[in-house]
Amino acid sequence: MNRSSPHRVLPGFGLSLGYALVYLSLLVLIPLGGLIARSMSLSWADFWHIATSDRALAAYRITFGCSLLAALINAVFGLIVAWVLVRYDFFGKRFIDAAVDLPFALPTAVAGITLTTLYANTGWIGSWLEGALGFKVAFTPAGIVVALIFIGIPFVVRTVQPVIEDIESEVEEAAATLGATRLQTFVRVLFPALFPALLTGFTLAFSRAVGEYGSVVFIAGNMPMVSEITPLLIIGKLEQYDVAGATVLAVVMLVISFVLLLAINTLQWWAANRHIANRDEAAEPLVGEAA
Amino acid sequence: MSIEIRNITKRFGNFVALDNVSLDIPTGELVALLGPSGCGKTTLLRIIAGMEGVDEGQILFAGEPTTHVHTRERKVGFVFQHYALFRHMSVFENVAFGLRVKPRNERPGEAQIRKRVMDMLKLVQLDWLAERYPSQLSGGQRQRIALARALAVEPKVLLLDEPFGALDTQVRKELRRWLRRLHDEMHIASVFVTHDQEEALEVADRVVVMNKGHVEQVGTPDEVYTAPASPFVYRFLGNVNVFHTRLRGAWAEVDRAENTETAASRSDTLAFVRPHDIEILRNAADHALSGRVLHIQAIGPLVRVEVEHQHEIFEIELTRERHAELAIASGDTVWLRPRNVRVFQGNSLLDDQTFDLGGGI
Repeated sequence: MNRSSPHRVLPGFGLSLGYALVYLSLLVLIPLGGLIARSMSLSWADFWHIATSDRALAAYRITFGCSLLAALINAVFGLIVAWVLVRYDFFGKRFIDAAVDLPFALPTAVAGITLTTLYANTGWIGSWLEGALGFKVAFTPAGIVVALIFIGIPFVVRTVQPVIEDIESEVEEAAATLGATRLQTFVRVLFPALFPALLTGFTLAFSRAVGEYGSVVFIAGNMPMVSEITPLLIIGKLEQYDVAGATVLAVVMLVISFVLLLAINTLQWWAANRHIANRDEAAEPLVGEAA
Repeated sequence: MSIEIRNITKRFGNFVALDNVSLDIPTGELVALLGPSGCGKTTLLRIIAGMEGVDEGQILFAGEPTTHVHTRERKVGFVFQHYALFRHMSVFENVAFGLRVKPRNERPGEAQIRKRVMDMLKLVQLDWLAERYPSQLSGGQRQRIALARALAVEPKVLLLDEPFGALDTQVRKELRRWLRRLHDEMHIASVFVTHDQEEALEVADRVVVMNKGHVEQVGTPDEVYTAPASPFVYRFLGNVNVFHTRLRGAWAEVDRAENTETAASRSDTLAFVRPHDIEILRNAADHALSGRVLHIQAIGPLVRVEVEHQHEIFEIELTRERHAELAIASGDTVWLRPRNVRVFQGNSLLDDQTFDLGGGI
């Protein structure tokens, strides 16, 4: 942005910035500010006591741990789904493409109940997993991860898909003529090009998972210290009219989430800008042929 | 390394992209595959590179069967029309790529890689751009980097798919000359695809003219231009005048409008004459065709004259001197006499036919 230039190609900078600020304030900053203000009604000792109670610490671990694991699994398998949807033609491709969005639209409670039914020890998948492998999914942290994978996968697929579409197959062919194996082509050529988008998808899936409530409560079993997520703990406090206690947990969630997202966004910004370093030099015309 | 292409057929569904194509490309030659879009030239190039399989036929590199060898083992350098550079790598890393992916026991050391890459960049005269990224380069620079990248692994064959197609005229001309020089220094077989006849005639040692999956003619630029083997080659390479003719004994006579009632004889016999192979005469002469000058246009060193005869328009190119001598103007009646005519019946050349433009007037 060059503020000194008298003529902008796109007018309305002042107006749109003002609008953006008002909008963000009303919807995001003021409510969050209120949240923090409310939590301040407690003394620092009380705040610290509630924020670091054993049950709360376990809930943070469950929430962020499961979300991270689910987002990582989504990053791997979402990438594969997106790759298959872009690069191959097969019967039912459009159907699968549409199905990817379902977790966006489906009420989370429905998703939670469906997954619980499937993964409970009486369900189709759950009975098999428990019988054959002795692995319990529903009503354990594993169940939470399953639910979070379900709600997170469209974020990865939908952010990575357009980027894969953008990579010409010629680039892969070029790598092959230069002697690269499939693995080398993926690691050195495709993955670096996909990485910024994949990181975005990962971040979105992760943040969605951290805040998820509806689908998790059905499958988690909600045992304190074992499979209780922070949002549930907050709801529990609210139901007991402990609003201040709820806001304390909310503020802790907010701070951790913000720090994590800031870190990931910085990484992402770095990854996306690496190959357009020296932007200013690029701005000068290089059209003149030197030879 | 020489390339032999033997009876290659390639289909995409019902579309036959290449129909029984055979071609020999000896080492050291710069060969142009020339033809309109859809003629199969790019498919043939991709088959040579191994990016496309074949339905029938064989490919041999230096006499070795190569049909089923994977692209990465063929040691071909391939340059794409739209460069296909690796966007997230600097120019240096792009050129180094082929060296870095070599198996560990063949991979050169870091110092050698650096030297080789800088040598390549000097060769394409862009060593000062080593740290830039592809998005910061002009089209011509990107294509030179793509070429340096392909040459860095010392390919035995260099393949270029419409390499200059996306560039503007000025840059294209320069790169052409430069490709020619580079090829001569490298002593490898090079094949490039183009739809630009000027490019093919100017750069290549040999031109392969293709049409609808067939090879129409293979020859030096001079051969394909002055002695086209088929009506298609005539029409595709440069401007040409077409006379409908009738065969009468050893003569091919221009089928003038008054003869058209004898429609049966208006056969598929056609006579082809280049615009610069027609002489304009001010006076009636034997074996000349009369016509009216429609339009005169000076283009650079040449003057183009359009002459109408019986609702058919012929194009003649004169030197400026000849035009000044003739002093013709639009509306004048003139006589046309061709110098170099080739008569085709269908697709076959009638070698011993003498051409006659008839009595004229």
